[in-house]
Amino acid sequence: MSKQAEENKEVIIDVKGLKKSFDQKEVLNGIDVTICKGDIVCVIGPSGSGKSTFLRCLNCMEDPTGGQIFFDGVDIADMSVDINIHRQHMGMVFQHFNLFNNKTVLQNIMLAPVHTRTAALKKNKAASGYTSAAQIKAQAKEEAMALLKRIGLEDKADVYPSTLSGGQKQRVAIVRSLAMKPDVILFDEPTSALDPEMVGEVLDLMREVAREGMTMIIVTHEMGFAREVANRVLFIDGGRILESGAPETFFAAPKNPRLKEFLSKVL
Amino acid sequence: MDGFGRKVERFLQFFAEYGGYRKVLEGLQNTLTIAVLGLIIGILIGTVIAAVRVVPKYKMLPRILNAVCTFYVGLFRGTPMVVQLLIFYYVLLPILGMNMTGVQVSIWVFGLNSGAYISEIMRSGIQSVDPGQMEAGRALGLSFSTTMLQIVIPQAVKNILPTLGNEFIALIKETSVVSFVGATDLYVAFSYIGSNSYEFMVPYLVMAMIYIVLVVAITLLIKVMEKQLGKSDRRK
Repeated sequence: MSKQAEENKEVIIDVKGLKKSFDQKEVLNGIDVTICKGDIVCVIGPSGSGKSTFLRCLNCMEDPTGGQIFFDGVDIADMSVDINIHRQHMGMVFQHFNLFNNKTVLQNIMLAPVHTRTAALKKNKAASGYTSAAQIKAQAKEEAMALLKRIGLEDKADVYPSTLSGGQKQRVAIVRSLAMKPDVILFDEPTSALDPEMVGEVLDLMREVAREGMTMIIVTHEMGFAREVANRVLFIDGGRILESGAPETFFAAPKNPRLKEFLSKVL
Repeated sequence: MDGFGRKVERFLQFFAEYGGYRKVLEGLQNTLTIAVLGLIIGILIGTVIAAVRVVPKYKMLPRILNAVCTFYVGLFRGTPMVVQLLIFYYVLLPILGMNMTGVQVSIWVFGLNSGAYISEIMRSGIQSVDPGQMEAGRALGLSFSTTMLQIVIPQAVKNILPTLGNEFIALIKETSVVSFVGATDLYVAFSYIGSNSYEFMVPYLVMAMIYIVLVVAITLLIKVMEKQLGKSDRRK
């Protein structure tokens, strides 16, 4: 990507001096990173390096203990902002899928859109763009079925998640976050809890989502995937970003000695 | 056994002819009303307290509420139900200048008392639900209370249903103390038959049987509910 194109892109997340400590233990020691619209950022690093904590701080799943996170220009690390509003524009996919066990697949996908849109309707009917609760439901169902069709699971709409395979669960989890039409999706080791044979189907879906221009931040151990899909790779160790760059140079010519050591072990 | 036959006869006579059945029906109705309404109030109070206890405590308000709940649970678990009934009926009502029947007081005391117990049951139920469920709801932009009501509590209730059933059974049986505040329950009804017929053996045996039938019926009901709620579950 040329310098010119880089500058033209719109910044969506701007992290400044992000710190996080649990009790006395410092996990993140000042992270600065800027993420633009359409970026596919892969975050790699040894376990315990703070990469998952970094991701979970981005939507305040963990409350940062210092620094700022500007999302669409608003500092969401500030405890006084209504984080729920911002999370509606920032999807998250978990290592253990976390589908709602008491809801069917279809309900899993519909729940958040129906709920947030109904709340918007109640608050201000004119501004919400919806006419009635029934219309919201019908539309959400239509969208959810289209998403299920896309991942080939429309026949699973009315089953409970416990009957799905790991790969199916994770694909449903991904379309569940897509249903909210987010600006960014955060992936927290999305394939780490999967059987090896199911990793492919999940990565395929992620590739597809990436191609459509979704901004994605992915904590992963899949180096091949990072090299192929990412336009930027971050290496985190000891709570800091030690190296970042385009995957070609990042993997082929790493500069940081820790990264060299890490890559020699995992590649 | 001849004597026993006569006793049964005598009981039936008082039960049918001298209005004993009316007393028993009234007692049965009160027992069930107190236990059912008490359980409902208890579940509402218990759920609220349990929710307060699991709210993240960054801010001042949750901390104050938590302290209030701890006090409440300590108070109601720390005194016997009879003592609570007596204090409500003979101390609090006159002070507040309120007029309530023994049954009404019993419903409230049973509700408040079981609320304290159910809050602990509910809390362990909520904590038994995978934290990832709450995280997934919050990550989608749903509020803490929405996620709690839509996702966590339904799963918690499923987990604690057998324990909740035990609590209901305990409530049914404990209604036998409401006679302390002048409410007619099964015990009062059968004592009435006993003391009028000078014959206590059969009435008390019949009373025991009615309690057993009630408890078995509730047990079956809970089994059916568990099966219904178990639809989303793999363990059968």
